[in-house]
Amino acid sequence: MASQKRAQYPVSWLPYALVAPQLAITIIFFFWPASQAIWQSLLVQDVFGAHVQFVGLLNFRELFADPYYLGSFWVTGEFAVLVTGSALIVSLVLAACCDYLIRGTRAYKMLLVWPYAVAPALAAVLWAFIFSPGVGILTYVLRQWFGYDWNYLLNGGQAVTLVVIASAWKQISYNFLFFLSGMQAIPKSLIEAAAIDGSGPLRRFATIVFPLLAPTTFFLMVVNVVYSFFDSFGVIDTTTQGGPVRATNLLVYKVFEDGFKGGDLGGSAAQSVVLMVIVISLTVIQFRYIERRIQYA
Amino acid sequence: MRMKTFAAALAGATLVAAAPAYAVTEIHWWHSNTGRNAELINKFVDEFNASQSNYKVVPVYKGGYAESMSAAIAAYRAKNQPDIVQVFEVGTATMMAAKGAVVPVYKVMHDAGEKFNPKAYLPAVASYYTDQRGRMISLPFNSSTTVLFYNKDMFRKAGLDPNKPPRTWEELGADAAKIKASGAACAFTTSWQSWVQLESTSAWHNVPFATLDNGFGGMGARLEFNNPTMVKHIAFLGQMAKDGRFTYVGRSSAPDSKFYAEKDSCAMITESSASYGKTKKNAKFDFGISELPYHEGVKGAPQNTIIGGASLWVFSGKPKSHYKGIAEFFTFLSSPKIQAEWHQVTGYVPITVAAYELTKKEGYYEKNPGTDIAVTQLLLKHPTKASKGLRLGNMVQIRNINNEELEAVWTGKKTAKQALDEAVKRGNEELRKFERANR
Repeated sequence: MASQKRAQYPVSWLPYALVAPQLAITIIFFFWPASQAIWQSLLVQDVFGAHVQFVGLLNFRELFADPYYLGSFWVTGEFAVLVTGSALIVSLVLAACCDYLIRGTRAYKMLLVWPYAVAPALAAVLWAFIFSPGVGILTYVLRQWFGYDWNYLLNGGQAVTLVVIASAWKQISYNFLFFLSGMQAIPKSLIEAAAIDGSGPLRRFATIVFPLLAPTTFFLMVVNVVYSFFDSFGVIDTTTQGGPVRATNLLVYKVFEDGFKGGDLGGSAAQSVVLMVIVISLTVIQFRYIERRIQYA
Repeated sequence: MRMKTFAAALAGATLVAAAPAYAVTEIHWWHSNTGRNAELINKFVDEFNASQSNYKVVPVYKGGYAESMSAAIAAYRAKNQPDIVQVFEVGTATMMAAKGAVVPVYKVMHDAGEKFNPKAYLPAVASYYTDQRGRMISLPFNSSTTVLFYNKDMFRKAGLDPNKPPRTWEELGADAAKIKASGAACAFTTSWQSWVQLESTSAWHNVPFATLDNGFGGMGARLEFNNPTMVKHIAFLGQMAKDGRFTYVGRSSAPDSKFYAEKDSCAMITESSASYGKTKKNAKFDFGISELPYHEGVKGAPQNTIIGGASLWVFSGKPKSHYKGIAEFFTFLSSPKIQAEWHQVTGYVPITVAAYELTKKEGYYEKNPGTDIAVTQLLLKHPTKASKGLRLGNMVQIRNINNEELEAVWTGKKTAKQALDEAVKRGNEELRKFERANR
């Protein structure tokens, strides 16, 4: 064993040195802040750090005794399902169409990838402008052509629709790229064999392409759920600020508001620990499932 | 650490580049002003810097109020704080609780031997930033209050007298009905619903917002704005929202633009007097400013409204020479000439009586009718325990809760009583959290 290792690496410290930068980044930017969050969640302190008290799990007990916090869970769950679902479905359809195309694929690809370069806050401003109750073009179209009264500042359902669209729109580009490359990795011979057997494009998609894409789909699901849990606060902050009433008050937005705006460091840290646990467990569950799917495929 | 050394080196390099023959003390001022207001601040600072050679004030824009306050607190914890930070009025209790981090303004002035008379400031402005013993803790800088703006053209169109704005809410309701009937899309809206409709309206009717003198008497205060006067007021607005006389268009200052919008604009809005500047710039119609309406028959109403805006806080932990410079700068900022200019350009109230008198003498109010409303409204009566301001912790969260509960009334999900009871209950939990964290 030992001689084998020496044969691979001329000096024993080399492998450690090679992984060290990556390890350092992970520790400094992930583990250390996470451990800080856990530590702070056990404290109650004023913003200036003059009075710091250790309170054990008090912050967590208060959170779970707060019906409004529990309400945010539902809102976040609903938001995650809507964003992930719509972003996946739309991008899958776009990728399938693009894959089916023979000419002009590059142009479509490029155009479809563009939105990914837009920061969440900008995407939100863009959509908020289009849907603005005062000046938005879509508000105008909805009212003039369909007689539909659009005001997301008062109507919770409309507010959710707006933030879901703004968040999903950005994610579609990302999903599209993965789906398209996933489809192009499927051996052409399989598709051609099915075509010779007489199955049309829809049937080929349903019975060959989609099942073979399963690992990609599950991977994207994880990424999209994590995105809707963590990356959504820019969208909320620029459009609804959690309102109206509490229709769009996502867990991550409350972390930001309580911590950065409200100065409640302990409570905010406790909330981020809760979020961390949710995302870690979701990731673990989904990755185990993916592994099984890969063996199955 | 590296960053700090680098910053120090950079600061050193700047000093060398400026090549002063003597040591200039730099005073860093973090603020949250943009646009015209920021230009004016830079102008004031340049004037001050040119007027003497010992100190150089460096104004730095640090984002909105919440951002710059967070940044300043984080900087303090990293022992890298600015000398002066501009903090919005809802951050007052947090800053006051930070004993040791902040040097009270009265002490800065006294230690520097600077002439300083807290009585020179408008009482309703100074009281917000003064402790129970009458000592000024932070320097009022940009203060505004809650007023009514109304569109005279739309008043004419509805057959109303454009020179007779509604004095009471009952009149406002009746006017709104006529405006609505004249085909207007929006008769009335409000900005800053918690500040205007709950905090300032409480003071205006001389009913306490919270126990212990609105929190001035200690951190154990409890909210009590679910009293009959306020329930009646919110129910009144709820009814207006229901029958379309009140159009809700968002939180904080977002509705401001709805007043001067080109299409579907609102005929009346209750908002900050400080939006005068942008309203004047954007409104393509004749508008007037009037006092915040009150409810007839409430004893003591109208009393005085309370202020919003921000004040300047001085951080501790700086060399002694800095405080001398800060004191001189504060005297300069409070001078009638500077304050009068600030008031006239921005719409914020002049913080001293002298600046108000100077503006009056210059004939500014005659040329710009309505711009003195904010001042007269603040000066109407001497502030009482219920009207001198608020000293409540976690006020950012409390305003958020109020936003949510009021929205529930505007959408008809809750009655005024249910919403205010719930807002008080939830707000009190925030107050207890603040009390615990600062014990």
